[in-house]
Amino acid sequence: MRFIKSNIGIDFIGKRKTAFLISVAMVLVSIISLIVHRGPRYGVDFAGGTLIQIKFLSPTNIDDIKSGLFSIGMGQASVQTFGDKKENEYLIRTDKSVTTTGRFSDKIKTGLKSSTDNPPEIRRVEMVGPQVGKDLREKALFAMFYALLFITIYISGRFELKWILSGVMAGCLMGAVYFLNFFNVSIPFLIAAALVVTLVLFWVLELKYAMGAIVALMHDVIITVGIFSIFDKEFTLPIIAALLTIIGYSLNDTIIVFDRIRENLRKYHKHSIQTIINRSVNETLGRTILTSVTTLVVLVTLFVLGGGIIHDFAFAMIVGVLVGTYSSIYVASPILIAWQEFGKKK
Amino acid sequence: MALAVIIVAVIYVLPIINSNWWPYKKINLGLDLQGGMHLVLEVDAEKAVESTIEQIIYEFRRVLRKERIRQVGMEQVESAKIRITINDQNSIDKFETILNLEYKDLRLLSKSTDDGVYTIVLDLPDKETEHIKKLAAEQALETIRNRIDQFGVSEPDIRRQGESRILIQLPGIKDTERAKELIGKTALLEFKLLDETHDLNAALEGKTPPGSEVLYQVKEDPETRRVIKTPYLVKKRALLTGAYLTEARVEIDSQYNEPYVSIKFDKKGARIFSRITEENVKKRLAIVLDKSVYSAPVIQEKISGGQARITGNFDTEEARDLAIVLRAGALPAPVEIIEERTVGPSLGSDSIRKGVISMGIGGLLVILFMIFYYKGSGLIADLALILNIVLIAAGLAGFQATLTLPGIAGIILTIGMAVDANVLIFERIREEMDLGKTPRAAVYAGYDRATLTILDANVTTLIAALVLFQFGTGPVKGFAVTLSIGVISSLFTALILTRSIFDFFLIKRKIRRLSI
Repeated sequence: MRFIKSNIGIDFIGKRKTAFLISVAMVLVSIISLIVHRGPRYGVDFAGGTLIQIKFLSPTNIDDIKSGLFSIGMGQASVQTFGDKKENEYLIRTDKSVTTTGRFSDKIKTGLKSSTDNPPEIRRVEMVGPQVGKDLREKALFAMFYALLFITIYISGRFELKWILSGVMAGCLMGAVYFLNFFNVSIPFLIAAALVVTLVLFWVLELKYAMGAIVALMHDVIITVGIFSIFDKEFTLPIIAALLTIIGYSLNDTIIVFDRIRENLRKYHKHSIQTIINRSVNETLGRTILTSVTTLVVLVTLFVLGGGIIHDFAFAMIVGVLVGTYSSIYVASPILIAWQEFGKKK
Repeated sequence: MALAVIIVAVIYVLPIINSNWWPYKKINLGLDLQGGMHLVLEVDAEKAVESTIEQIIYEFRRVLRKERIRQVGMEQVESAKIRITINDQNSIDKFETILNLEYKDLRLLSKSTDDGVYTIVLDLPDKETEHIKKLAAEQALETIRNRIDQFGVSEPDIRRQGESRILIQLPGIKDTERAKELIGKTALLEFKLLDETHDLNAALEGKTPPGSEVLYQVKEDPETRRVIKTPYLVKKRALLTGAYLTEARVEIDSQYNEPYVSIKFDKKGARIFSRITEENVKKRLAIVLDKSVYSAPVIQEKISGGQARITGNFDTEEARDLAIVLRAGALPAPVEIIEERTVGPSLGSDSIRKGVISMGIGGLLVILFMIFYYKGSGLIADLALILNIVLIAAGLAGFQATLTLPGIAGIILTIGMAVDANVLIFERIREEMDLGKTPRAAVYAGYDRATLTILDANVTTLIAALVLFQFGTGPVKGFAVTLSIGVISSLFTALILTRSIFDFFLIKRKIRRLSI
């Protein structure tokens, strides 16, 4: 059984301008959506606030739940159904972290029982103070930045044997970020600036594989975040876990292609770089798609069967794997060519 | 070698089936799977510094009185500074001698003489402040650990987090409300005299006499559920605190059949208590817990023996919790819950069920896909996949890692990713066979060429997982752990295990045709 033969011969490189436009459009749409929505929609983990998951034995009206909450002074809370409809589960959410002391859940139970005639079961309470939320937000950004940085060190080390160069560069960047962190610089701004500096440094130091990898990764992360923003889904801790996993995983496909490019560069050094890269992408196309398919199979089962808490996590991963597969074919390798062409013109 | 790893793994998985089997290590379930409560407390360490300053001022005043230095005004300003003003020229010199002799540890912030009024502002040096804060956090941790131990929670996890935060994990706890109250209560027990020389009503209107304050007694009528607040004018200075307690337990009043907490002081406390009661017969002594008055009985006679009782219509549970917090001691500073995550036991078991179902179905789909796409070789990959799951389970048990809901997602994800390595190898073998190589040569070439690629691809995932482990808390950490173990074990199964199986068929069985 074989879907895709290694000599399939699709002209990917010829279509790279189209692909480039599609990628730029997707990234722009993502960024615009983020601007329109005023940044990502943070869940309780990052925004601070209180979230309560309740379950009733029989279907219950959301308005009844709301009036029950109003009677105990939580009128500002939002209520929505959670997970499968037939489970009768609801999420109650407030922006501010209500102090959960002083028989808080008992109060909710009695309040909701009297308004809905249906004793609720409190299944989950999450309260995050504003300071904790801010800390977690910053930590999440740092984690993504460091993951990107470490991975690119590895790539430039493995593919161009520039361990020391990339290591020193990353060390300086980390030092600078760590140092600036003490000066009350806004963290998102700091990380964005650090990423730009990283890209410029890769360019100047001619770490082209690392450059291709990191551009592809940023492409994947921005689009995944953008799609989350378009669907108005919430950012929580598990979503950050998903994004980090995407950073690690979407690179698998990129590495498979890069590896083949390196191998073919040695084998056919007389051919043009375009031909070699196109050939490499074609030869590895089968495994690029197959590995993504097996991962997608389990992710879709998780998405469908994993329950409410895992739902969004699986969604983020599915988007990330799809975008990651696309980017390793159409983003990472064309950057190597763009590099070459730019170099020739000089 | 491959065989040895598998045997060890199987041994470690055994206790999951029956916990009485050697090596007795079961996989720990995270709070989100077994239910429980995760709390992060912030210790308000500034308050500990403030009360240290309060104490210093109190002592300082006594010293000055003893030395007969008069005309000295001393007050606490900006929460943790002492401002001293002296009008009398004579006192200044004497004061400075004492200051330089006995209070040389205090830091001088400013000093001026204006119109014959000498003003000096002091505070604690930074190092000392830091020390107090650190001590407060440590002490708070100890006290909370004590309380939780007495409350009776199995396997609680209580630890410092950063400077002034305390992380508490209480697996399987049912009555979360009670636990929170027990943990969060400062439990500062004070005995204070009522200020009976001044007018309470005037104080309520804002004219509180210096040295006194208005505190309330809060009572809830169990019948009407009305809350009654009774104000008391109480002297600020505590004559005796809960620090001298040796015992606190619940007893039932035989007359009213109401529970109360009986407390016993140590020798020193008993001496102070008998002196207070002796000196203040017929006056009212307020028993104050965390700034609220529990009762304010009239002292009938000198009480020696160091026994007292705290009444205040509580039910048995409340009385029991009060006794626990009094026994464990007061927190050195108030704490605030800044993060709470509570998961009920039913949600936990639901999550496990859904996780296992997704794992089963996801795994089955991948297994079928591999057989369909690679036939015989697919079977080998499937065997590797199943062993991979066994290895992850063994790894979790062996390292005593905690399995969380995202952790289950991590295992399911590794199922999808584990076969990736085999896909890479098989695709390469097919490519080599297309070039006309014999099965044996193709397999060798396939493994040789694919190994480095597989290593590279997995190292990046591992890097992301390790960063995630550093960043994550609780459930997310669990994901990072299963993902890391999964990546490593899939490297093992794909590169070593399946290769041995191919070797077995190609060399021992000498098969000529490769089913791929």
